[in-house]
This record gives sequence, structure tokens and C-alpha cells, in this order.
Amino acid sequence: MMITLRFTWRSFLRDVRSGELSILFIALVTALAALSSVGFLTSRMERLIQEQANVVLAADIRLESGRPLDQDQVYRQRAREMGLSTAATVSFSSMIFSGDSSQLATVIAAESAYPLRGALRISPQPFAPARSVMGGPTPGSVWADPRLLTRLGIPVGGTLTLGDSTLAVTASLDYRPDQGAGFVDLAPTLLINTSDLEGTHLLISGSRATWAVLFAGPSERLVVYRAWLNNQKKEGQRLIGSVDSNNQMQSAITRAGHFLNLSALITLLLSSVAIAMSARRFALGHLDFAALLKCVGASQRFILMVTAGELILLAVTASLVGVAIGYLSQWGLSWLLKDIMKVSVPPPAWTPVWLCTGTAITLLLGFALPPLLELKQVPPARVLSHRLSAPRLRFGLPYLMASSALAAILYGLVRDRVLAAQAGAAVIVVGATLYVAGRALVKVTKGIRGAAGVSWRYGLANVARRGHESAIQVVAFGLGLTVLLVLIVVRQDLMSEWQHSLPSAAPNHFLINIPPAQVSTLNQFLVARGVAPPTFAPWVRGRLTAVNGQRMSDRKVATERGQRFTDREQNLSWSKDLPPDNQLTSGSWWSGVTSNQALVSVASEFQESLNLKLGDQLTFDIAGESLVAKLTSVRKVRWDGFRPNFFLVFSPGTLDASTGTFMTSIYLDSHQRLMLSDLVRLFPSVTVFDVQQLLQQVKDIVDRASEAVQSVFVFALLAGVVVLFAAIQATRYERRFESALLRTLGASKRLVLTGVAVEFAAIGVLAGVLAASAASLAGWWLSVYLFNLPYRFDGAVWIIGVVSGLVLVGTAGTLATWSVLGAPPAMILREG
Amino acid sequence: MQVIESRHITKQVSSPEGPLTIVNDVSFSMMRGEAVAIVGPSGAGKSTLLALLAGLDVPTAGSVWFMGQDLSTLDEDGRAALRAQHVGFVFQSFHLLPSLTAIENVLLPLELAGDRNARTLAQEALKEVGLYERMSHYPRQLSGGEQQRVALARAFVCKPDVLFADEPTGNLDTVTGARIIELLFAFNRSAQTTLVLVTHDRELASRCHRVLELDAGRLL
Repeated sequence: MMITLRFTWRSFLRDVRSGELSILFIALVTALAALSSVGFLTSRMERLIQEQANVVLAADIRLESGRPLDQDQVYRQRAREMGLSTAATVSFSSMIFSGDSSQLATVIAAESAYPLRGALRISPQPFAPARSVMGGPTPGSVWADPRLLTRLGIPVGGTLTLGDSTLAVTASLDYRPDQGAGFVDLAPTLLINTSDLEGTHLLISGSRATWAVLFAGPSERLVVYRAWLNNQKKEGQRLIGSVDSNNQMQSAITRAGHFLNLSALITLLLSSVAIAMSARRFALGHLDFAALLKCVGASQRFILMVTAGELILLAVTASLVGVAIGYLSQWGLSWLLKDIMKVSVPPPAWTPVWLCTGTAITLLLGFALPPLLELKQVPPARVLSHRLSAPRLRFGLPYLMASSALAAILYGLVRDRVLAAQAGAAVIVVGATLYVAGRALVKVTKGIRGAAGVSWRYGLANVARRGHESAIQVVAFGLGLTVLLVLIVVRQDLMSEWQHSLPSAAPNHFLINIPPAQVSTLNQFLVARGVAPPTFAPWVRGRLTAVNGQRMSDRKVATERGQRFTDREQNLSWSKDLPPDNQLTSGSWWSGVTSNQALVSVASEFQESLNLKLGDQLTFDIAGESLVAKLTSVRKVRWDGFRPNFFLVFSPGTLDASTGTFMTSIYLDSHQRLMLSDLVRLFPSVTVFDVQQLLQQVKDIVDRASEAVQSVFVFALLAGVVVLFAAIQATRYERRFESALLRTLGASKRLVLTGVAVEFAAIGVLAGVLAASAASLAGWWLSVYLFNLPYRFDGAVWIIGVVSGLVLVGTAGTLATWSVLGAPPAMILREG
Repeated sequence: MQVIESRHITKQVSSPEGPLTIVNDVSFSMMRGEAVAIVGPSGAGKSTLLALLAGLDVPTAGSVWFMGQDLSTLDEDGRAALRAQHVGFVFQSFHLLPSLTAIENVLLPLELAGDRNARTLAQEALKEVGLYERMSHYPRQLSGGEQQRVALARAFVCKPDVLFADEPTGNLDTVTGARIIELLFAFNRSAQTTLVLVTHDRELASRCHRVLELDAGRLL
């Protein structure tokens, strides 16, 4: 065993020194660097999602009860011991008085540490530009919702009466993180300091209020604390953990994740091609080595052990280098994302190291071991006669197994079965098409080469003579170019499409609770003040109570999200036409169809979470009335468009019986915003939600994610170049010998080079044309199905495809051969 | 002592025109320390016969006994183990591994055998063939004659009982070839190694104890 290990180690060192393993090594390192950096980054993105979700709670977890929390000091003491921060709040409804005016408000009494996640935003007067602040109002002062101030006519600096206390209004409360994104928290807020609560004498035994303790801290400690608290909490106390972040944020982050995963996936696929190609060449180059080893007494097992051992050494070395590069680049990427990642940097985890080593071994064993395994079958008598060739290297079954292993890695990486399967299938289809086209090229060149000059004849003859190799090169170059072109499409077209999907004037305010009778006057009010005429959507609240007659309480709902969909009231709407930002994924819209039956269309999130099928009869409770509607279509909704969108849209007329209101979204700049004071005075029932903060967060994600994705694309680009290089190297030895022979026969360097250039150019142009077709198709598929963005045909891809095929492949191939021409022909011929 | 015995060996291969007999019913034996030349025109089956005798290939019919062992009873690994213990090779095209230096090429069989003094033995072997100073050179940095001397050092470094040489001077000029032959015969004499030499060269063959002439696969 020691002999084998020592021999393996020495063989490895020799192969490293001689450069035999270089391409394999570079391909592996590229794949692993991309994998690990995206892995690290994705985990941080997940933290970001979690953080954003927790902002909605103003904490990481929240314990609340309808009665005072008698054990709260014990809970908080324990939390403090574990290094968690805490804050307590009490919220209740109360009338606020100012002179003769009064208004119902939600009063929140909070300690100064509130909020633990997110920040409050205040302004010096209602609807004026706001700023973020740490902590809440000091004792004796309050911050009030601008609607409250406007309706009561209190200026900032004035006073109001709450119970027995008179408190000073020191700011207009523009935003609090836990105000709710579901447009249900309708009463305006008054935020006071906890120490002022007692003086109001509003809370007595039996008062209706919600007592809450908020907790926040590092996630690993929270997990432990949450488990402890779950055991300790008394009946009637509710522990609330993470909730869904709002749809807009989720949508943007998911799309960013798609971009990142796509680039990692492409890198991995390309690297696999490079690994397979370089391993094949490595195996072919080792045929004589294996025969000689057998000749001097090596057993088949020994050859197998040495080969596998070398691969494992290669995998481990490449993993270490790849992970190190990935880790470093991840720091760079997270620096780019630091503005939106307001989380402490997680300590370096070892997980990506094992993941990458595992991936490296799988890739190598899958793609490199099969051809190398054949080495043990080499007849030793090959040392006497090369006519005794090695058994034909079989790639079919091993590659199938390797592809399955790769598919498993892809799935592990993107956690998206459909995306992984489609990407894998696309590579196979494109690869097969390229091979067939490559074979056709070989046939065509056979026919035309007689008509060409000597160097052209030599070049085209090479394409024809190396039939199989030429076709394989078309596949490799074609795949490499396809990916490079897809990157161009994605990077330029899709990314800018995404960024443009959030124009600078994207709606930043939602107006809800608009009575039907006030829709037109509100529209006039807005237009008169320079606001673009908005679209009003009808809006009713209701709850899904049964599917096909089966009550929701009897129905098994697997996901937390699904549970929330059934527990809470949802926003319902109706529409004649398919709303913009919506795309049907199944079923049909009711345009032109008149039906007596109520019809409903659901968003894909709703359908998937509740496992609904087309044709299901859904029963809703709308203000105590029951409504049954047939599910006729499923929509994919672009939530990050910041326009009113609904999980549930009904056919026209269906909701006529329900007393609904309307909602809309508008864009207001900082000057226009001041007119909101008039708006809430003139339209007292209308509630204004400022989503500027959220919009800014989404924009930040889009911008920063674009930068991060472009950085990750560098790895994919590098992988593409490695594939090109591997493909050129595949025939380098043969080319070296041929050029030496030609030069011996009197051919000039120029003639040999022209011939090589013709050969590579022919292959390159074909690969370029096919790659442009594949990239255009991929671009269309990606934009329509993955990113849900409109597709625009880009003719430049075709020009870039053909030109880069011609120039890149032609030049790279010719340059690679150039170095061969430097060596004296005699030396090359002697080596054989 | 009988080292190799060939009993009615035949080797057939398939070809587009049907089965092709390359070695046809060949029987002979070789003794320890004997130098035997196998001669014959191109395509007579010399190299195939050598491959069969060394256990690099298996006959279609008949058997080869090597150091008292019937090779047909051994699988490929068994034959490899026998070669590791008893056999050295020298080839017409040297078969040095281009990625290995001269000393690394010589080390190869010693490392396979797990010899602890591998490096010292390899250095001594290179010294014997006069290439001690060039041990760190790669094959491409050596002349044809030097490459063949490295191959000789590799063949002899394990002190084999039998040395198979397939046209060892075929790629060398006369003077260099003569030096290689001198070295071969010197080893044959000093270590009592059985030398099986495949050659076209009648003059070289005549220096062996015995000449086996092959034509169209048959022993004349």
C-alpha cells in the first residue's frame, strides 16, 4: 500500500510538473471558485431575506399576549444572559384628543430600545422628507402618524391628550418597521414612551391590549432561546418567528438569486465540459504510460489505484485553491452588497470546503475517471506495436452516470429541480446539435477542399480527416461560445431590463380604502396636482374557507405560507382584463366569456402553497357572506413592479354584492408629497401607505445584485475560455507532429499556419453560428420563464457569435499552434 | 536451467479478410545466460513472438513456460507480477516517458517493486551506462543513443533473469548502435541474464549463441 501511495504521490508531482494536469486543474479550480463564492454569497442573501422578514416584526422573534406577561422579566433576563437584546411594547386602541377634535388611534408604548430590527423614520412636519432615527420618543413626548396630526390639526411642537396625560408631539412618525405591509393596520399610530403609559391611566385590569416582548440577536443563539421560550411560555402567549418578507422584496431577492445561481450553474456545466475534454486527452496521453507500467510489472489494480489516487490528490488541491479564491472573491462581493446586507458578517463556515471537495471528487470521478479507467485495459504489448491500440475508450455509460452526478450537484446548488433539469437538457440538446452539425461540416469540407489552394486544402483536409475530433471541437467551441453569448444576453439585456422594470418614477405610495363614490374626485384631485392618472383597482377583503366543499381547517396545508394564506384575510379584486405585471401560467383568462358562475384567478404562490388545481371550487367568506368561485387560471405576478396586485382576482360582477373599496398606487416626489395633508383631510377614509423605503430597498437589491452577478460572471467567462483552451489542446500533440512533418517536407511556417487558421476558422464560424442560435433561444427562455421579463430580440448576438467564433477560435487555435512551430522539426519527429 | 519454453504456440488475429496467423506452431526453449536472436523479414512475426514469450500477449494455441511457470494459467496481473520479478525490456523506440527525467525513468520499475534503495540503484545504473551527469535531463534533451542507454539502465536496474530487446539499434546510427550492443552483451555476460534479441541485423544476430529464424510466422 505504501508503495502505491508513494508512487501515486510521485506520479502526481511529475504530472503537475510536466503540465499534464494543468487544464484539468484550472477547470476544477474555476468551477470550485465559482461554486464556493456563490455558495457563500447565497447563504448571506438568505440571511438578508431573513433579516428583511424580521424587520416586519421589528425583531427576530416576538412573544405577545392579550394579558400582561407576568413572566416577562424572567424571559428577558434569560435572553440578556444569552447575549440577546430585548424590548417590551404595549399596544392598544384609544381616542386621542386635541381641543374639540378626537380621533381613534393605535397607541404603541415602547421602550427606548424599540425597534430591534429596522428603524423608525420621522419628519419635522406631516409628509415632509423623513429621516431614520435610532430608538423611539423620550418620556413626555410622542411621535404621531401624519394622518393623525392632519386630522386633529396638531402641528409638530403642539400637544395632544391621551387618557389623563398631555403629551408633546415632537415629530411626525413617517414609518415604523412593524406597521404591516398587508395594508390592514388601518388606524393611525401614536408612539409613546413606556414610562408615560402609567400616567395615562388607560390600562386597567381587563383592558384590551397586546403586550409584547421583542428579542433579537445572532441566529444560532436565537434558535436555542426560541426552543427554551417555547417550553416556558404560558397559555395565551403567542411566539411569532420569521414571517414572509413582503412580496416585492421576496420577488427581487429571488430574481437576484436566480441570476447568481444561473452563473454558477453555467460555470459548473462549462467546467465539466473542460474537465471531460482534458481528462480524455490526459487518458490518451497516458496510454503508453499504462502499457509501459504493465510491461515492467504493474498490476491492473495498481494502475487503477494510482490513477484514482492522482485524481483525488488533484481534487483536494483544486478544492483548497478554489475555495480560497471563492472565499476571497466572496468578501469582495459582500463588500459590494454591504449597503443592503445590514447584518454582521457570519463567521467563516467550513461547509463550503466539504461541499467543494465533494463536488471536485464527483466531477473528477464522473468525467475524468471513466476514460482513465480504460487505461487498465491497455494491452501491454502496445509497447511493441502501436497497432495494438487501446480498447476504445467508452464514454456512453460512464458519462451518463457522471451527468447524473452533475445533475445532483446542480440541484444541490440551485435547489430548483426544473431549472437544473432544463439547464442540463439544454446543454445535452445543444451539444448533440453541435455534434451533428460538426459531422456535417466534415462532410462538406471533404467535397470542397479540392477547389482550394494548398494551405486551404491542408486546413480543410484536417477538418475532414480528424472527423470525430473536429466534431468534438465544434461541440466544445460551440458550448463555450453559447455560454459566452448567453452571458452577454443575460448581462446586458436581461439585467438592464430588470433595472428598467423599476423606473425612477415607480409608484412609491399606495392609497387604499377609497370609497367607490370618491374614485373620480380623487382622480381629479391627483391629476390637478400633477400626478400621472393612476389605475384604480377594486379591493375587498375576504378569507378562503373551503376548497371543493372541504373546510380549510380539515385540509392539510404543508407550508407555513399556505397556513398564513388560510389563517388571514386576503385582498381580493376583480378585473375584466389580465392586469399588467401578470402572466398566465395555466388555464385561461375570462376575456369575452360570460358566465353566470363566479370565476377566480390565483397567483402561483397561492396555488402552490395550497396545492390548488384548475377547476377547484373555492369558497370565500367576504364580510360574513359566502361566495363560491371556480378556479380558472393561475398567474405569475411581478410583485416588484409596485403596482396594485392581488393573489386573488375575480371575474367582473362577482364581487358586486360585496361592499368594497378601491386602491391605487402613485408616484409622488418630495414636493408633491406635501399635498398628502390636503388629501387625508379631503378624503378622510383614504389611508396612505408610503412604500418609498421599501422601493428604495428593492432598488438597492437590484443594483447591488447586478454588480455581484457581473462579478460571478467572471468565473463563467473564465470557464468558457478554459473550454476553448481544452478543445485546442485536444489535438495539440497530433498537430505538433504534422506541422513538423510538413515543414520537413518543405512547407513554410506561413503555409502551415494558414492551414491551421483555416481549420480553426471553419470550426469557429460553424460553432459561432450555432452558438448564436442557441444563445438566442436560451435568452428567450430565460427572460420569459425564469426571470419573467419581456424578451427583446438582439441581433448583435449573431454578429458577435460569428465574429467571435471566427476570431476567437481562429486566433486562439493558431496561436496555440504557433508555439509548436517554434520547436525544431527534427526534435518533434524524434519524439514521435 | 531452462528459462523459457515455447510449446507449439500459435497467434491468430482477426482481419477484414478473415483470421490471420502471425505466429504458427512455434516450439523452442532457452537456457539461463543464453543469448538468442530472433531474425526474419518485416512482418515475419518477430515482435509478436517476443510479446508472447514475455507474457505481454497470450497465444491463441499452445503454451509458454516462463521460469517453470505456465503463463496460460496466469491472468494479466499474474503475468505482470512475473515480469516485475524476472524481466527487463529494451525497445526500438526507447519508450521513455517524456514527462519523466532520465533518473525518474530508471526509477520506475524500482518504485513499482517498492525498493528502498531505489535512488541509489538508479544512480548506479545510470553511471554504468555513462549518463550519471545527465540524470536530470528529460528525454527530449537527450540524443537517440542516450535515450536508449537510459532505457538499458531501466531494463537492468532490477537485475532481471531475462532481457527482451526488440530491435534495440533500429533507430540508431551504426556507431551508437554498436555501443548499445556492447552494453547489452556485457550485461548478458556479467549477470548471466538470458538475452532475447529481435533484430534484422544478421551480423548482430551472429554474435548470439543461437539464432531462431522466422518467416511468415513459422520457425525455419
